[in-house]
Amino acid sequence: MGKIQLTKVRKAFGEVDVIPGIDLTIENGEFVVFVGPSGCGKSTLLRLIAGLEDTTSGVIDIDGKDATALPPAKRGLAMVFQSYALYPHMTVRKNIAFPLKMAGMDQAEQDRRVERAAKVLNLANYLDRRPGQLSGGQRQRVAIGRAIVREPAAFLFDEPLSNLDAALRVGMRQEISELHQSLKTTMIYVTHDQVEAMTMADKIVVLNAGRIEQVGAPLELYNTPRNLFVAGFIGSPKMNLIEGAEAAKHNAHTIGVRPEHITVGDGPWEGVVGLSEHLGSDSFLKVAVEGLGTLTVRAPGEVHARHGDRVRLAPAGKIHRFDANGLAI
Amino acid sequence: MARAVTPRRKFLVTLAAWSVALIIFFPVLWMILTSFKTEASAVASPPQLFTADWTLENYAEVWQRSDYPRFFWNSVVLSVGSTLLGLAFAIPAAWAMAFVPGKKTKDLLMWMLSTKMMPAVAVMIPLYLIFQRTGLIDTKIGLVVALMLMNLPIIIWMLYTYFKEIPGEILEASRMDGATLWGEIVYVLTPMALPGIASTMLLNIILAWNEAFWTIVLTTTKAAPLSAFIASFSAPQGLFYAKLSAASAMAIMPILILGWFSQKQLVRGLTFGAVK
Repeated sequence: MGKIQLTKVRKAFGEVDVIPGIDLTIENGEFVVFVGPSGCGKSTLLRLIAGLEDTTSGVIDIDGKDATALPPAKRGLAMVFQSYALYPHMTVRKNIAFPLKMAGMDQAEQDRRVERAAKVLNLANYLDRRPGQLSGGQRQRVAIGRAIVREPAAFLFDEPLSNLDAALRVGMRQEISELHQSLKTTMIYVTHDQVEAMTMADKIVVLNAGRIEQVGAPLELYNTPRNLFVAGFIGSPKMNLIEGAEAAKHNAHTIGVRPEHITVGDGPWEGVVGLSEHLGSDSFLKVAVEGLGTLTVRAPGEVHARHGDRVRLAPAGKIHRFDANGLAI
Repeated sequence: MARAVTPRRKFLVTLAAWSVALIIFFPVLWMILTSFKTEASAVASPPQLFTADWTLENYAEVWQRSDYPRFFWNSVVLSVGSTLLGLAFAIPAAWAMAFVPGKKTKDLLMWMLSTKMMPAVAVMIPLYLIFQRTGLIDTKIGLVVALMLMNLPIIIWMLYTYFKEIPGEILEASRMDGATLWGEIVYVLTPMALPGIASTMLLNIILAWNEAFWTIVLTTTKAAPLSAFIASFSAPQGLFYAKLSAASAMAIMPILILGWFSQKQLVRGLTFGAVK
């Protein structure tokens, strides 16, 4: 129903290879998140799948059929844009019904589907308003409504939550996850926010400079990052990366220790506390350790360490080892 | 940035606005007043703003001496026709430049605008010869094409600016929603750009209506619009200012009324994009 396969998909803008060549399989019903820093090509990759950009070379298969040359309308995919991209001159009802009207569906069926989508998304009271009269969260729901009424083979989300405030974002994140649970349709979701990636995805695709760095389940990426880039990108705060003599002790060029895998109290490393942030549930300390550089430490609960205090630290979890090329050993 | 608007400041600003408006409007006012004077008081020295012997005689005589309805009809055909023809070319051109720009799109736009910087008289002889050889002199169709060509750069520029204001993502959304290019233009682009298209139309009807140079050069009698009708009162018996003023007033009245009723649309259209 919604299996998407990319084979050697390449995209160049003029002389610049934005995506040098990607192979990726997205299984039917999967929730896949493309994550990476700005400019890594994640949105471009999504637009290639949508058909909004032409591929320079390579093949995109949707449901086993070659869709590389099909226009967006013929691919059976629905997309939710970052800016919502609602039609400002149409009511909510007409916005949601637009894809059905374009498909030539009869009016009764259109009404039925719009009513059902409105009920699922709590929009029933707003159907006769225009997008300009709605809040950000409601607009986002209309955009999702417009996508679900078509019953597409897959949903494409392009950073859909980045225009919402923090509290609303958490709520919408859950709604989208629940929608995926109930629809069981393939979803491809682009974000630069690794928290969204970790919480929503079945499978995360980490992109950097147009290349796939690693594909895997959220915890797989967290526990066994394949290289330095993924190690540094997944996890918040960032993994501490240590080079030199300390790394050599572990037969590695670089070692990585996550902030939550360092304990304060006793241990081989001694340093001076710089910045300390107390969140209540956690405390984040920046500790300057001689010979290792500044380490970030995440200690559960309240830790009474102030600027200038000397503390001892110990690695208390997995130590990730990387070779000179940045690949995990 | 925002300064408090004191009553005194408000008064001064209002006074300044009225002064500028009056200076701009004064020639038109003078013309209208003159059109109700006798020929003698029209040329009186020193000039009189008001006169004691008001008369409607000039209007009656202008009406009798010429075929006003024919000139009026020609003006309507030329201004509306050239604007509609211009839109038919300009909408696709502006769509292409706004939504699928190429490397040279900016240059192309500047080049189009640059044709408006050239004095019209520079192309008068070639255009006249072309019209003469193709038998288009003094035909409505010829004038419609000529006026359309004169205003096309402005139509394209205006539409381009309006189209640029429409977020590309909305058009992409319509493509994802299954709209064909036609559906995209009919259901999404045109309704969203309608205020812009309407004000472009209005402005170009006004420009074409007021165009005098080409209409006088390229017409004699059959296709002559109201601008040529005014000119016909300045020759050859000498100048009759009161009658000339009456003819001018009759020529500009329809477009003045149109402009008056559509001024809200025009102002909105002309400041679109500048004030959001």
